[in-house]
Amino acid sequence: MSHEVTVGLEIHQQLNTRKLFCNCPSCLVEEEGATFQRRLRPIQSEEGKIDRAALDQAERKMQFRYQSPSSASCLVEADEEPPHDASSEAIDVALTVAALLGAKPLDEIYFMRKLVIDGSNTTGFQRTAMIALDGFLEVNGRRISIDTLCLEEDAARKVETDGSEITYRLDRLGIPLIEIATAPDMHSPEEVKEVAQRIGSIMRATRKVKRGIGTIREDVNISIPGGARVEIKGVQELRMLPTYVEKEMERQQSLLAIRDILSGRGIEPVAIEVTDLTYLFEGCKSKVITSALKSGGKVMVSRLPGFTGVLRSEDGKLRLGAEMAQYARTKGVRGIFHSDELPAYGIEKQYVDAIRDALKLGPQDAFALCAASAAKAREALKTAVERANGALVGVPEETRDPLPDGSSVYSRPLPGADRMHPETDVLPISVPTDRMENILSNLPELPEIRIERIANDYGIHIQQSTQLVREGWDDVFEEIATDNELAALAARTLTSTLSELEREIDISQLNENILKAAFAGVSSGTFAKEAVPDVLRKMAEGMNIDEAVSELGLSAMSADEAREIVARVIREREDFVREKGKAAIGPLMGPVMAELRGRLDGKAANELLREELQKLLS
Amino acid sequence: MSMLQSIDAAEGDTIRISGDGRDISGVLQPSGEFSHPDVLVVKMDSGYDVGVRITPSMNVNIIAKGEVKTIPSRVPSKGKGLPRVAILGTGGTISSYADQRTGAVHPALSAEDLLNTVPEIADICDVNAEAVFSIFSENMSVDNWQQLAEVTADYLNSGIDGVIILHGTDTMSYTAAALSFMLGDIPKPVIITGAQRSSDRPSSDAYINLYSAAQFILSSDAAEVLVLMHDSPSDTSVAVHRATKVRKMHTSRRDAFQSINISPIAKLGSEGDIAYLESYNQKSNVRVSPRLGMEKDVAFIQYYPGMSPTIFENIIAKNKGVVISGTGLGHVNSELIKPMRKAIESGTVIVMTSQCLSGSVNLNVYSTGRDLLSAGVISGEDMLPETAYVKLMWALGQTDDVVEVRKIMASNLRGELSDRRLMQ
Repeated sequence: MSHEVTVGLEIHQQLNTRKLFCNCPSCLVEEEGATFQRRLRPIQSEEGKIDRAALDQAERKMQFRYQSPSSASCLVEADEEPPHDASSEAIDVALTVAALLGAKPLDEIYFMRKLVIDGSNTTGFQRTAMIALDGFLEVNGRRISIDTLCLEEDAARKVETDGSEITYRLDRLGIPLIEIATAPDMHSPEEVKEVAQRIGSIMRATRKVKRGIGTIREDVNISIPGGARVEIKGVQELRMLPTYVEKEMERQQSLLAIRDILSGRGIEPVAIEVTDLTYLFEGCKSKVITSALKSGGKVMVSRLPGFTGVLRSEDGKLRLGAEMAQYARTKGVRGIFHSDELPAYGIEKQYVDAIRDALKLGPQDAFALCAASAAKAREALKTAVERANGALVGVPEETRDPLPDGSSVYSRPLPGADRMHPETDVLPISVPTDRMENILSNLPELPEIRIERIANDYGIHIQQSTQLVREGWDDVFEEIATDNELAALAARTLTSTLSELEREIDISQLNENILKAAFAGVSSGTFAKEAVPDVLRKMAEGMNIDEAVSELGLSAMSADEAREIVARVIREREDFVREKGKAAIGPLMGPVMAELRGRLDGKAANELLREELQKLLS
Repeated sequence: MSMLQSIDAAEGDTIRISGDGRDISGVLQPSGEFSHPDVLVVKMDSGYDVGVRITPSMNVNIIAKGEVKTIPSRVPSKGKGLPRVAILGTGGTISSYADQRTGAVHPALSAEDLLNTVPEIADICDVNAEAVFSIFSENMSVDNWQQLAEVTADYLNSGIDGVIILHGTDTMSYTAAALSFMLGDIPKPVIITGAQRSSDRPSSDAYINLYSAAQFILSSDAAEVLVLMHDSPSDTSVAVHRATKVRKMHTSRRDAFQSINISPIAKLGSEGDIAYLESYNQKSNVRVSPRLGMEKDVAFIQYYPGMSPTIFENIIAKNKGVVISGTGLGHVNSELIKPMRKAIESGTVIVMTSQCLSGSVNLNVYSTGRDLLSAGVISGEDMLPETAYVKLMWALGQTDDVVEVRKIMASNLRGELSDRRLMQ
C-alpha cells in the first residue's frame, strides 16, 4: 500500500549532566569570555581524498572567532587540551534511554570524529558514538522502529556572522546530546508529532535531560510518492511538526505538478546563458535596480524557455520562482526577479517588454533577472537556472531550514555520507553485563505508569495527567501541586490555560521558574487562583511576579476592603437581593468576582457574600 | 581470534555478525589495544565503529573480502625557480597520522607525507623534503641530534635559503639548543617547528606553523637556530624564539612555547608581517663548520627537599658533568655541598641553574650560595636548566680541559645567557 507521506525523525536531546568530555557545567551563559580566532582545514581521508563539501567550505576562507566564557567552557572546548574520559553519567543516561526503547547496546562504545568544518566545532569534528541499535516504540498501536541511538557533543553556538568571519560561543559546545533516529515509519503529520512526543517523554523519564526551547531539536525527513527525501533540519517547536510535514507535502506535490506541466509542454533542460542587459534599465525607478547600479552592479538576465506560469501561477500554488530565488540567495545575492511576477517592484512593463524583445522570448518563455555585482549575479542566475532544470525531473533532495510559520527554506544539498574517523584521544568504553544489569534494575518510571500515578496521587483527570506527561509539564506539576486544590489549579493551568494564552500571545517566555513563581503567589495568598491567567499573561510579556501583581492591582486585599466591596455590590442590587433572598448568591458571584478582580479567591468571596447577604436579610 | 581464523576473516573484510539478538554488518577493523579479546570492531555503513562481543551462539560470516587500498601519492609541484628550502622530518605530532590499529598517533614516514601536510608551501618555495628519521621526540637521543646537525649543516653549505625541521614538541627545546651549539655561526635560518594538534585534524596548528616557518625564512634577515610555534590560542600569529631561550611551558596549548628571560625574537602575523622584539644574528655567506662532539656522561638533576645525599653523591661521582636545577637563586641542601666539593676536586664540572626558570641564579646572596661558589660550582646565570645541560655536554665534548669547559660555560655563545632582564 502506498502512503501519502513517509517520514523519519532524528531527535537530538541535550542532557542535564556535565559536559561530555570535560567537567564544565552544561549551561548557556551571557558571558563572552576571552576570544580567539581560528581557521579549519580539510584533511585527507584514508584514501587520500579530500571531502568535496569540506573543501567547498575551506575555499570560502571562513575565519572563526570563538568566545570562551570560563563559566561554561575550558581548554577542552577551545581545543587546547585533549578530551577527558567520556562522562559516564551521560553514557548511563544514554544506556537507560536505550533500555526504555528496547534497543540493544553495543558491547564496546567507540567515539568517532564526524568531520564538520563550518567552525561549529573547534576541533573540526563532532565527537559521536553509537550506543545502541534496533529499538522500537508503539504509538497508537503502530510499531515505530528506532534504528540507532547515539551520544554526541553539541556544537558551539553561532553568535554572529560578519562577512567571512563567524563568531561562536563555546558554552554549548560539548553538552551531551542523545540522538535518536527512527526508521521512516511515520505516515501522517499528526503521527510525527505523537512519535516525537512519545520519544521526548521517554527521554524525560530519566530526569536527566534539559528542558525548554533549544534543548531538543528535530530533523525531519519527508518524502511523498514520486517526490524525494527532503530533510528539514533543526525544528525546535515540537507542536509545529505536523505543519512542517503538511507544508512540505504540499511543496513536493506542487513540484510534481510543475514537472507534469513542463513535461506536457515538452520542455528540454535550459542551456545556461547569462546576458548583461544593464543598458535597458536607464531611468528605471526600481529600488533594487538603482541601488545595484549605483554600487557598480549589473542587471543580468537568463532565458527560461517554456517556463511561464510555473514560476508563480495565478493562484499562487505553483512557485518554482521562489525555489529558484532560495538557491540564488546561497550565492550571496538578495534575490532574483522572474517574469511571472513582473511588472512589479518598480520594474514597469516597458522594461519587461524590452527584456522580452532583447532575448527574443515567445509568450510561453520566461526569464529570471538579478541585479548585483556582475560575478555574483552570474553565479546566482546559473544556480537559479540549474534549479529550474531540476524541476523537469521533479523534487530535488535537499536540506531545508525551518521557518517559524511552518514552511521551510532551502539551505544546502543533502550531505553525503559522513566522514568518520576514530577519535583516538578517547579510549573505547566497555559496557559490561553488570553495568547494563544495574541500569535495567533501576529503570525510571515509564510515561504510562507515571500518567496513572499522577492522576491517582493528585486526584486529577487521567486526560489531564496524560497531557501533562506528553507535553513534559509533569515535573513542574508535581512541584507545584502541594495539595489537591493547587493540583486541580495547576493541572487546569498547564493543560488548558497555557494553550488558551498561546492563541493570543507569545508564551515562549513562560518557563518552569516563571510558572513556579506564579503558583507560589497563589499558595502564599498574594493573589487568588482566578488571577493566574492574567498574571501569566503579564509574565509572558516579560514582567516579573511583583511587577505583574502590582500592574494588575492584585497586591493583597484586606478582609475589610473585600467586605466593603461585597457589601457595595449587594447594596447596588438591593431590590434584586430582597426579591431572591438567599438564592441571590449564585447570580451575585459574577459581579462580585469582577469587582474583586482576582484579589480574593472564589471560596473566600462566596463566604463574604453569604455573610453580607445574611446581614441585609436579617 | 579463533573464530576469525576459522572463517578466514581479515581486517578490511565486510562481515556480518548475527545471532543473540544482533544483526550487524560492517567492515572489520583492527582491534584496539584496550579492546576485550572477544570483541570484534566493525565500521558500519554509517561510518560508526562498534564493538560486539562474540558469543558461542553467534555467527560471523564474510560478505565480501576487503580490497587493498593504496593511497595515491600526491607529489606536489616543486616550485622551481623559487627560493630553496629544506624540510627535514624527525617525527612528532606535526607529521603524524592516526593509526587505527593502536588507536594512536604515528609519525609520517616519507618526505612526500611531510610535504603533503602543507602542499601550498610549494607555492612560495622550492622544497627539498627529507625524512631524516621518524621518532617521537621523547625518544630522541644525542646521536639523533648529531645526525640532524650534520644533515642541516650539509644543506646550509649547499647554498639553501633555509632549513625547517619538523620536530615533536616534548624535547624540541633540547634539540634546538643542541643544534645551536653544534652548528655555531650559520648563514641562513634553521627553524624548528612542530604542532600541538596532530595534522590529521582540521584544527591542527601544523599548517600555520610550517607555512609561517617558510614565510619567515623568505622574508626575514635573521640567521639563527629558532623555534617557531603559535603565539596564542589564535591562528593569527606565531612567535619565533631563540633556540637556547625557549621552553615548553604547557602540556597541550598551542602557545606552549615561551621565551624565558627574553622576548621572542619576532612575531609573525598571518599576513606575513614581522615585528622584531630582540636583536638577532643576520644572514651571511659563512660556511658552517659543525662541532658535533657531545659528552654523554652528563647528569641533569632536579634538587628537591629531602633528596638523599647518598643517591646524589652516587650520581655526581659517576658523571663528568652535572647540571643541577636548584631552588630559588640556585641552592641545594647545605649537606650536599661536601660531596659536590669532592666531585669537583676529582674533575667533575657542576653547573647550578634554577628551577624557577625565570630570573638568574645568584650565588652571592645567601651563605649556601657562597659555599657552593667556594666549592667550585659554576653559576648557570639565567640559562634554562635544559640549555645548560645541553651546553655542558657540548662543552665537555669539545675539550677535556676543565678550565676551558668552565670558560665555555661562562661565555655567551648562542644567546643562552642574557645580562639584562627587563620589567617586561
